[in-house]
Amino acid sequence: MLPELGHFALILALLLAALQAFFGIAGASASRERWMAAVIPAVAGQAVMVGTAVACLIAAFVSDDFSVNYVAENSNSALPLFYRVTALWGAHEGSLLLWILLLALWTVAVAIGSGRLPARFAARVLGVLGVVSFGFLLFTLATSNPFVRLDPPAPDGRDLNPILQDPGLAVHPPVLYTGYVGFAVAFAFACAAMLEGRLDQQWARWTRPWTTVAWSFLTCGIALGSFWAYYELGWGGFWFWDPVENASFMPWLVGTALVHSLAVTDKRGLFKSWTLLLAILAFSLSMLGTFLVRSGVLVSVHSFAADPMRGIFILAFLVVMIGGALTLYAWRAPLLKSAAGFELGARESFLLFNNVLLVIAAATVFAGTLAPLISDALGLGTLSVGPPYFNPTFLVSMLPLLALLSVGIHANWKRGRLKDSERTLLLSFVAAAVLGCGLALGVWAGGGLLGALGATLGVWIALSSLVDPIDRWRRGLSLPRAVLGMTVAHLGVALMVVALTTVQSFTVERDVALAADGSARVGDYEFRFAGVQPVEGPNYSGVGATVVVMRHGSQVAVLRPQKRQYWVQRQVTSETAITMHRGNNLLLALGDDLGAGRWSLRVQIRPLVSLVWLAAFIMALGGALAASDRRYHVAQAAQRAAADALGEPAR
Amino acid sequence: MNRFLLPLGAFLLLAVVLAIGIKHSPEKGVIASPLVGRPAPQFSLPALSDPARQVRSADLKGHWYLFNVWGTWCAECRAEHPVLLKVQRAGIVPLIGLDWKDDNAQAREWLAQLGNPYETVAVDASGRAAIEWGVYGAPETFLVNPQGIVVYKHVGALTDDTWAREILPRVSAVAAGS
Amino acid sequence: MRARLRPLALLVLAALLRSGGALAVDPTELPDPRLQARYVALTHELRCMQCQNESLADSPVELAADLRREVRELLLAGKSDDEVRAWMAARYGDFILFRPRYAWRNAWLWGAPGVLLLIGAVVSWRIVRQRTTLLGSDDQPVEEDPPG
Repeated sequence: MLPELGHFALILALLLAALQAFFGIAGASASRERWMAAVIPAVAGQAVMVGTAVACLIAAFVSDDFSVNYVAENSNSALPLFYRVTALWGAHEGSLLLWILLLALWTVAVAIGSGRLPARFAARVLGVLGVVSFGFLLFTLATSNPFVRLDPPAPDGRDLNPILQDPGLAVHPPVLYTGYVGFAVAFAFACAAMLEGRLDQQWARWTRPWTTVAWSFLTCGIALGSFWAYYELGWGGFWFWDPVENASFMPWLVGTALVHSLAVTDKRGLFKSWTLLLAILAFSLSMLGTFLVRSGVLVSVHSFAADPMRGIFILAFLVVMIGGALTLYAWRAPLLKSAAGFELGARESFLLFNNVLLVIAAATVFAGTLAPLISDALGLGTLSVGPPYFNPTFLVSMLPLLALLSVGIHANWKRGRLKDSERTLLLSFVAAAVLGCGLALGVWAGGGLLGALGATLGVWIALSSLVDPIDRWRRGLSLPRAVLGMTVAHLGVALMVVALTTVQSFTVERDVALAADGSARVGDYEFRFAGVQPVEGPNYSGVGATVVVMRHGSQVAVLRPQKRQYWVQRQVTSETAITMHRGNNLLLALGDDLGAGRWSLRVQIRPLVSLVWLAAFIMALGGALAASDRRYHVAQAAQRAAADALGEPAR
Repeated sequence: MNRFLLPLGAFLLLAVVLAIGIKHSPEKGVIASPLVGRPAPQFSLPALSDPARQVRSADLKGHWYLFNVWGTWCAECRAEHPVLLKVQRAGIVPLIGLDWKDDNAQAREWLAQLGNPYETVAVDASGRAAIEWGVYGAPETFLVNPQGIVVYKHVGALTDDTWAREILPRVSAVAAGS
Repeated sequence: MRARLRPLALLVLAALLRSGGALAVDPTELPDPRLQARYVALTHELRCMQCQNESLADSPVELAADLRREVRELLLAGKSDDEVRAWMAARYGDFILFRPRYAWRNAWLWGAPGVLLLIGAVVSWRIVRQRTTLLGSDDQPVEEDPPG
């Protein structure tokens, strides 16, 4: 009964999305007020229907309804309740439903916030969002219905993949998708502007907070995924340049460029066609990511079950959606010329370089990720691309960017007046070089050229970011949230650079074989093996080892790595034990039983790796702070007055 | 023309590449073997039936043979076994088995129970021979011609379809030609 | 509780033993630390053909263990890094390499960052030149409030 209700709710949602799209776009073009007024109810209705469908599916999971195929594939009666709920997005069909849910929620948020937008523009934005919803709902109903029934019902489920039975599953996909889907809002704003044939500073001011918030979520989502991989997979890696990781990283890079480009458009009415194109590109890359993960064209540990049929559908959707937007772009962009100017040393210049370098970075990741496909299509044979390609090529565009960051922060708009900051620049650079090299060579001996370079860049960025806020404080000026947010985000970047440098240069990893009471010395630490005992959990059993960690003779920690076998899928997973000591991350993973009480263990010492994710969260925090700046929310009255003056009904 | 058409053009090009990718995707899980068209690897391994006897690649020259990599631990191999028996009964191409990282006693029992389609079975205990053949998952089957060149590789369980469409024509073509 | 666990634990242990573990822990080390370093680097650069997106260093399957053994033996036999890569590719194809070969057919991939940087530099230069001209003698200050 409930699954049918859910299915029906999705069909209704599809119809409502169609109405939302039609009334929004056609209503605005034909200036029909009644049609435009119907958009908001359609948005609300669609959200309610999607929510109902999700609730029905959750109910099926919680009640162990194995007559629903999706539940039978991804759950089990022994699965703890928490994972039964999060299993909702554990596979393809359910994760699509999550996409649709988040899109509906974003649309509701935009609808609520559309009060300060002119009616026609708001209708168009919601209309475009309706088109996206329609496409995803159609795709789900046609090829990936989560409510398909199993007849006869399965006696029990096939259980959730053990790797996904982890709190990380509860947070990573929802947060990540919130970011992904959030770029649809910027996309909708861009399309609405193109449909209207007008794009000005006011448009940028409206678009900025939405885009920045989406970017913050995406930053968190990627960081969560990386952190989850780190402690779940247990071999100390946190970024593999896997196609699916790249699928989320490319929109992030372009999204960062977009956030900065919007700033220029807002401030000086420049880079309009750039910003427009970046808005289209960011969401296109999100959609492309969806395609890559579900169509089977790329090999990845991450991808959902491949199905060419789905691939064709998404491709068609991509062509319509992105092709349409880019056609609009080709039509409208030529009209967007502005006559403003700036000089080489101006802030606009640096933001231009920022845009270009970020897009190049995204293009490089794009080339590497799609290389197997491209090579195959051009008949150049099989090609395989991994970290040995991505790492150096990514640095090629990132190093100049990071260096320019410290200089560009001091540049003023229009006329850079860098000469005024010459002394500050020089001082901060020297200080950074001293601190950076000191860190690299002194505290952690070794690291070489890359270590010193990375540390210097990181410290320089931090110092440069702090100059302006400190100056303001000294002069008794207030610190607007936007500036605070920018500073915090850039400090996050600085921390990221330093953390990545130390992790790359100073990680120690060794595999050892130990008998009970045996010990091994790795780095500064001594690991004493105290044997294994059997362990048992709600739906798994296995062995757990006890290892005492010592340093300079005194005990530092006790680590308990485990190897578990999950009863249903019979998959063996290794649970790595991780602890922090003085900024070092110590990882211990249990290997194999070598007989006679000897076991193999993998020991890793990774200094400062936790700072990598902390840095990402700081960046996201900066974004959130910037988006909450009052000037986006204040002057509503002024905007309404302006809208009235134009003869537009503002809501 | 309008340089703003460039993004659209580039995107459409990408769509074409992706479409080709989808078309080729059923073969994605299967990696093309660099051995096809090259001489089959040399080997000299103990026979399953008599460990004192050696199965040598040199002895196999001069006629077609199917080199089938299997193991008792492999579920797919059990699934393809009936097809292998059919191939043996057809009597056109002999089957040479490679028992990959397996237990000899279990392997003999398996063949006794399910039937032995192989002319002879070589034992690869260390896995080294399989690596020489570029094996990455059982079952895999190679078609080798009388000159010792690998002409075709099939990854996964052998099916009647593959036998009829890929293997038989290659063997017959040469026979008809000569 | 403990008495009941023991037979179960033995069963699990037996199963775990056979499945080879969920992690590619390999305590064998090469005698020469430089060789060991090359071994670590190479096994991270070679793909596990069964798990297909994991490196030989990280993959827990038996095939990966066998291939790691081959790498060790090749290094002990004095082969260079390139020779080890070529040995692997001759048997498994270029797909086993995470680093695309430095060959003309891959020139577009390796050359992409450089070419893009060049294009980016030209585009940036032209835009800056255009905007500097448009600026002329316009000295009107931009509102001092939140930069960016």
